[in-house]
Amino acid sequence: MAEVQHQHPPYQRHHFESVAQQFDATNFAMWLFLLTEVMFFGGLFTAYLIMRNWYYPAFVEASHHLSIFWGTTNTAVLITSSFTLAMGVWCAETRRKSGLVLCLVLTFILGLVFLCIKGIEWHAEWVDHHVPGLRFSDADFINPALDPSIYKEYHDRPLSPGMALKTEEYFFLYFAMTGMHALHMVVGICILGFIICRAWAGAYTSGHVTFVENFGLYWHFVDIIWIFLYPLLYLISRHT
Amino acid sequence: MSHISPVLWQFLAKWLQHCPLFPPEASTIAPQMDALFFFLVLISLVGLTLVVLLVVAFSVLYSKNRHPKAVQIEGSTLLEATWTIIPLGLFLVAFVWGALIYFRVYTPPPNAMNIYVVGKQWMWKVEHPGGQHEIDELHVPVGRAVQLTLISQDVFHSFSIPAFRVKREAIPGRYTSVWFEATKPGTYNLFCTQYCGTGHSTMIGHVVVMKSGAYRKWLASSTSGMSLAQDGERLFASLSCNACHNTRPNARGPNLVGVYGSQLTLDDGQTVTADAAYLRQAILDPSQNATEGYAAIMPTYQGQISEGGVVELIEYIRNLTTGYRLQETLNTTQLPPVNESKTAAPAPGAQTEVNP
Amino acid sequence: MSSATIVNLPDPSTARIPKMNFLTRENGLLSWLLTGDHKRIATLYLISITFFFFIGGALAGLIRLELLTPQSDLMAADTYNKVFTMHGLIMIFLFLVPSVPATIGNFVIPMMVGAKDLALPKINLLSWYLYILAGGVMIYTMMVGGVDTGWTFTAPLSTHYLNTNVISAGLAVFIAGFSSIFTGLNFIVTIHKMRCPGMTWFRLPLFVWANYAASILMVLGTPVLAITLVLVILERTIHIGVFDPAYGGDPLLFQHLFWFYSHPAVYIMILPGMGVISEVISTFSRKRVFGYTAVAFSSVAIAVFGFFVWAHHMFIMGISNYAALVFSLLTMLVAVPSAIKIFNWAFTLYKGSITFETPMLYAIGFMGLFTIGGMTGIFLGATGTDIHLTETYFVVAHFHFVMVGGMLMAFLAGIHFWWPKWTGRMYPEKISQFAAVVTYIGFNLTFFPQFILGMLGMPRRYAAYPPQFQVLNVFSTAGATVLGVGYLLPVLYLTWSLRYGAIAGSNPWQATGLEWQTQSPPLTENFTEIPIMDHEAYDYEWLERQQAKEVASV
Repeated sequence: MAEVQHQHPPYQRHHFESVAQQFDATNFAMWLFLLTEVMFFGGLFTAYLIMRNWYYPAFVEASHHLSIFWGTTNTAVLITSSFTLAMGVWCAETRRKSGLVLCLVLTFILGLVFLCIKGIEWHAEWVDHHVPGLRFSDADFINPALDPSIYKEYHDRPLSPGMALKTEEYFFLYFAMTGMHALHMVVGICILGFIICRAWAGAYTSGHVTFVENFGLYWHFVDIIWIFLYPLLYLISRHT
Repeated sequence: MSHISPVLWQFLAKWLQHCPLFPPEASTIAPQMDALFFFLVLISLVGLTLVVLLVVAFSVLYSKNRHPKAVQIEGSTLLEATWTIIPLGLFLVAFVWGALIYFRVYTPPPNAMNIYVVGKQWMWKVEHPGGQHEIDELHVPVGRAVQLTLISQDVFHSFSIPAFRVKREAIPGRYTSVWFEATKPGTYNLFCTQYCGTGHSTMIGHVVVMKSGAYRKWLASSTSGMSLAQDGERLFASLSCNACHNTRPNARGPNLVGVYGSQLTLDDGQTVTADAAYLRQAILDPSQNATEGYAAIMPTYQGQISEGGVVELIEYIRNLTTGYRLQETLNTTQLPPVNESKTAAPAPGAQTEVNP
Repeated sequence: MSSATIVNLPDPSTARIPKMNFLTRENGLLSWLLTGDHKRIATLYLISITFFFFIGGALAGLIRLELLTPQSDLMAADTYNKVFTMHGLIMIFLFLVPSVPATIGNFVIPMMVGAKDLALPKINLLSWYLYILAGGVMIYTMMVGGVDTGWTFTAPLSTHYLNTNVISAGLAVFIAGFSSIFTGLNFIVTIHKMRCPGMTWFRLPLFVWANYAASILMVLGTPVLAITLVLVILERTIHIGVFDPAYGGDPLLFQHLFWFYSHPAVYIMILPGMGVISEVISTFSRKRVFGYTAVAFSSVAIAVFGFFVWAHHMFIMGISNYAALVFSLLTMLVAVPSAIKIFNWAFTLYKGSITFETPMLYAIGFMGLFTIGGMTGIFLGATGTDIHLTETYFVVAHFHFVMVGGMLMAFLAGIHFWWPKWTGRMYPEKISQFAAVVTYIGFNLTFFPQFILGMLGMPRRYAAYPPQFQVLNVFSTAGATVLGVGYLLPVLYLTWSLRYGAIAGSNPWQATGLEWQTQSPPLTENFTEIPIMDHEAYDYEWLERQQAKEVASV
């Protein structure tokens, strides 16, 4: 028994019988956690779909006020970050330390870029009085011509006052969903920072890739949530 | 027991005698529900007796003293099947029986007389069609189907009459209904059973069931002089609804005569039945419920009319079966000059003035 | 009495608590607060949930005292509302949900599957810290004035109509939810990936199966509650949201989301309790559990069906009649696996060799009370009778029969069953048997009258009630007093036993689970070497052969 313990690689936790078991268990745990996250976002998606069904015109016209350009850019940024992270995992598996650090740093930067762009978009909503509860006015929807750039593109019909109020509902869900997603990004970036430090010290290029790989799962998952948010919030019924 | 004072003794005896163990059955549905209740009590007792009998019998027969060596048994598919299928069968009987009663309670007969109930923190406001208003009381005649249409002004409430075995939540923003036919004159408890804030336990009252003669007398003595529809008519006029909803061919709003219960095609192509729920929505949130062919210009009345007011308006519209009533409303109120309204909504070819 | 008991203690003159065990391995506060050992975390959990149980219990006492008289004279209505809300929140989220899984489950599951620890020890510790944080926020909520939404947080009452501390209470439940998610996640991973050689799925003790089923519910259900609470808190802070109809929301959406978690939550609470009962009944009748596969699969069936019955809390809330029909039918289906379990336990006794130690008394009490609790569930699942009985004391009684009569009895059975393993010492048998009987009597006296009150129509959550209901309420309050004594006794004698109890030895009950084949209290690593499972669960003949071998070798 004692000699077996001495053969353990240093990263194997004492209560696991083998590295394979450790990897299996933590990997499985990560998938379960993601399942939990699916249910968590599921509640938000349900609320969104019901409200959209009820207040369809308000949701359509409110979605016109999001910036397709920034939304698409952000999607691209996020997908690229997933790619760089996947490359990072590959580097870790093939024990390329500098490659790993480079990929992680790239991912880190792309994550920050995503958040910055998200910040720009939120700021635009703040300027346009589209922040529910804090700074909101439905004037843009009662009289769409007030915002000529958007009016030129979509020729929105004026919403009746009752329906125009419901655009606040859209922006409530927009902020709740993108905010919850951004929160996950922030958590992800913090963990990424920690991983970069460890990777720099060479912790993941000696055969121990579990942590990087599991973090990758999380990062891809957050990415996938965005892949659902983007069409739901920005794209559908763009042109009716 | 001699040291217990006789006063206390009497008090105790009286106290115990006034403790009912079963609620009165005062509606047609009550005996039906109690039948199911007792069926369920019966199967519960049988089940419980069986379990207790098995446990006690085995405990005695196979206690370590009598039966020092256990016999290992794997299980028995036959027994498993038995105690899967028999309970399942019983539960399904309960399900079907329960569903029959449920559908009966929540499907009012067409000839039921309708009473509106508005719940708010912390009182029940009852609006009779004849214009009788009650708070925390409900007077109903014996032997007649009564439908309650419930809505809440603020939070969830629940209208419960244990003696009738009926209960329905009053929900903010939508109508629910329940019906009953009282069978025994008397006064019964009325509770709010859904927790609704600080005064939840004060939101109680009485349901008074009266013989038809007494009921008629009560109706006559407690009327406010105006029926619910008349209240609605007054509100209709004071909100100037008739500026648009008149019978003129060039009217900007649809004609409301006979609209209650009819099929309407909406702006977005949907077909709806113009029932109380739809009319409420159309008043409070008109833009989403505009009738086909009319511009969605009606302002919202959300927050401007109480649920009680909405009920009055609906009752008014429900009673508009001929154009005559609407004409009367029009005649008693000042209409804006016809010319002005025309400039706002030009309707070529329909300029003929019909209103004398 | 000696022949009527299976308790097999080592010779008191020579017996010693093993010097090296998980309690003595390291000393100092930090060694506890930073531990990764599942047994130490279970101990921390046991202490903390006991603390919250007695806070919740004290609140329950206040409720019963207030209801002694029809008027609201002990407390004003708003105080009463806060008291029952805090009672519900604390008992459900800080006691019932973590009770068996986080204490007993945490303690025995790794040993039962033959592992050194749970798969994720740090996550396990994190889960305890989250629990403590949640408890702290809950106590803070109480300190600054409490909350009076009812434990159900019903919108729009909670979002706009109350000015109490809804946000901090919601936050506490949110955090407690994540504590519970992490426990569930850890169990699932451990059961899947950490089983020792030879430990196939159908050799797992039924306690493991039950906790596995409950863990699935925790992992899938709790996040929905979390997001619902986030939406409630947002709606309350910025006055726009998806629940209040005055702002264009749908209050029924709240009900759907809330009960999507909170119905499965009752299975989260009861399933681990059922697992305890399987272990106890088998051990004290010296016989394998009758129909092992049926009992195992009935747990999973409850978990699966449990997800599709939530709308039976909404039968009178204006969901469509046909939706009510479907949910009623599914509710009837979820009742069947519970019936299967009850009968299998009863038949486990058949041809056994039964003794009646304290855990067994609690387990038998569980069977009776749970049968009543389960059957009254049918009254509420059948749509017709639900109209009359829902939102009355009938529901209160039903819920307490299942949760207190069922779950708490099972928890106490489990604590008494594994106490010798946990501490290495026995508690005084006669007093504990007496406490079990007192609990049973007190419980029935407290909650049975409430069924009648419910049938009479007395609404729940009333600070004042019509005088005609007083007699039954007085009985109920009297019962609660007895019940309180029944719950205090174990705390006293179990604490006493920590120092003065007889040495238990490794297997006082002659039970077959792997956790009994190691020393008491166990080593930090549980086993000196990883066991190899070469027999079925509950194989008492294997145990006898094993003991015969040991005697021969000595």
